[in-house]
Amino acid sequence: MAKRIGMEVAIAAAEAVALCNIDVAAVYPITPQSHIAEHLAEIVADGRIDAEFITVESEHSSISACCGASGAGARAYTATSSQGLMYMHEVLPIVSAMRLPVVMGLANRAVSGPLNIWNDHTDIMPQRDSGWIAFFAENGQEVVDMSIQSFKIAEHPDVMLPIVLNIDGFQLTHMVEALEMPDQKEVNRFLPDYVPYATLHPDRPVSMGTAAMPEIFTEVLKAKDEALINSKKTIIKIWKEWKELFGREYNPVEKYKTEGAETLIMTMGSMGETASLAIDELRAEGVPAGLIKLRLWRPFPFEELKEAVKGAKRLIVTDRAISFGGPGGPVASEVRSAFYNEKDRPIISNFVIGMGGRDVTVANFKDIIQKAIKMKKQDLDKYVLYGVRE
Amino acid sequence: MIEIRWHGRGGQGAVTSVELLALAAIEEGKFAQGFPAFGPERRGAPVLAFNRVNDKQIMVRSGIYTPDVVVVLDSSLVKLVNVTEGLKPDGILIVNTTHSPQEIREQLKYPGKIFTVDATHIAREELGTPITNTTMLGALIKATKVIKLDSLKGPLEHRFGKIAQKNIKACKRAFEELKNGTPR
Amino acid sequence: MKQKKWPEKWHEINPGCMVFEPGSAHAYKTGSWRAQKPIWDNAKCIKCGVCYLYCPEGCIAEDEKGFYSADMDYCKGCGICAHECWPGAIEMKEEGEG
Repeated sequence: MAKRIGMEVAIAAAEAVALCNIDVAAVYPITPQSHIAEHLAEIVADGRIDAEFITVESEHSSISACCGASGAGARAYTATSSQGLMYMHEVLPIVSAMRLPVVMGLANRAVSGPLNIWNDHTDIMPQRDSGWIAFFAENGQEVVDMSIQSFKIAEHPDVMLPIVLNIDGFQLTHMVEALEMPDQKEVNRFLPDYVPYATLHPDRPVSMGTAAMPEIFTEVLKAKDEALINSKKTIIKIWKEWKELFGREYNPVEKYKTEGAETLIMTMGSMGETASLAIDELRAEGVPAGLIKLRLWRPFPFEELKEAVKGAKRLIVTDRAISFGGPGGPVASEVRSAFYNEKDRPIISNFVIGMGGRDVTVANFKDIIQKAIKMKKQDLDKYVLYGVRE
Repeated sequence: MIEIRWHGRGGQGAVTSVELLALAAIEEGKFAQGFPAFGPERRGAPVLAFNRVNDKQIMVRSGIYTPDVVVVLDSSLVKLVNVTEGLKPDGILIVNTTHSPQEIREQLKYPGKIFTVDATHIAREELGTPITNTTMLGALIKATKVIKLDSLKGPLEHRFGKIAQKNIKACKRAFEELKNGTPR
Repeated sequence: MKQKKWPEKWHEINPGCMVFEPGSAHAYKTGSWRAQKPIWDNAKCIKCGVCYLYCPEGCIAEDEKGFYSADMDYCKGCGICAHECWPGAIEMKEEGEG
């Protein structure tokens, strides 16, 4: 029976991964992921799971080790943040191209420079094109649930793609909160053993990590994109299974008080919870506002997003990253592009918030929504860097 | 919902305090958050840690700016840091000090409830070290009744193992020896 | 060079571009890349096998008598065998010559 406990979310993430009976963890410590790495190492050292914890010398090595281990048929896990992920960057598209189901916990932290250890999404956004499935967790329970779900989804024969689970650094990782930890029996019922498509074994020779000439590369990329696009239906199917077994529902786009909402605000990650309180207050004041939370980032949930926004006049997209010299927030630019050809599309504004760990309060969210409602048409193109002192 | 801010010095266990309080509250069936003000402070530097305790699920994840309760683990911080910043005027201030609540009130001019206890003395006697984090938990519970004192037993035993009993005793002593200052 | 057969359409590609035919590089004959070829003088050869060890293509083999020669289907004419042969038994000659 699942137990309701209090636990630091990073520790809970490591415990959830341990429940999944991983074979290999190759993790290099970096703030604020470090408690995941340390606790997982402790679990392995104590013999609680039969796994190999490789103390690699860098993140480039940790992802490479996971790639190799996964190719050899091991259930592999890694975790990192910020610069660590940047260091992995050149290997990430290779893992997805090789269709290896590596799972990564990403403790979102700002990317340097200057150096900043606090929370925003500037680490995950540059990895948009890497071909990895990407989820965002909002609280400790979701971190536990989605860590376990990720292995089943990644390894599913209709998916076979690596997954990154975004966990807001410090805001979630270092927060002690209440959650339900599933027990081993429940996880075993949900998660079968890993049956790889192919393994690097002398008895059945296979080459992985091949080269492709110009004559075939276009087709190779098409295959990769189709794989990522098609994975959505399996993701949704497995989320339904989770609901049946554990009673907790997961959707690509989560809706909060969106019925009759004229103005919608969109968040990703833990800020969604704070935003929901702003919606409660605004609704009590008679402002028809609602909240949508993007849980599935890649593959981008075009249909679910359009369905969630239907009928709303205004959509405020909050970003926690900036594409310098470009269209501002990456999420807003993708959302705008998704709606470009729609006959009925909302007025889309872009607020960049919470950069480098800057706090965003309930009052801030209310202010953002009220400002967006008053925004003039000619100001919509530029992103608002909320709270910047100028 | 009650919001608590703890003042300590790095290495004095403020983060452990908030964790233990959160765990105890959750064991009672409540909802709680315990988190540090994340930063690169080294041992000895003034640090902050926070708790939220509520009967319903806590949705807010931003920082705590107007706490209901402030706990000060180290008396030297009172001169160094503005420990009452943002503290609600009808809130509660709990300080580890040899001074009386009236003396603290004169020093800080805080209008709300003030409690003091010489936690350093208790900790030295019961634990043999001036680390006051668990001791002050007893003071906090007596002053605020945020959780039952007994609820701390489980988390303390789990965290401290062999020395849990000493910590439980230190906690109980602060609970009993807490001095109450009459608000103006 | 033997023509490689590509899978024609994108859905005919193995997931992850995995190649299941072991040793399939065998079909890729690189001999036509050569501008020079190695010629062994067996009178000088001491049968040490250094040329075989150093060949990056792995196309040098030992015959029944213990002497060595390169497989011309694959030899790219890099000249490493001649460079490493310390008795000086290998000479690189222009491809054009007999």
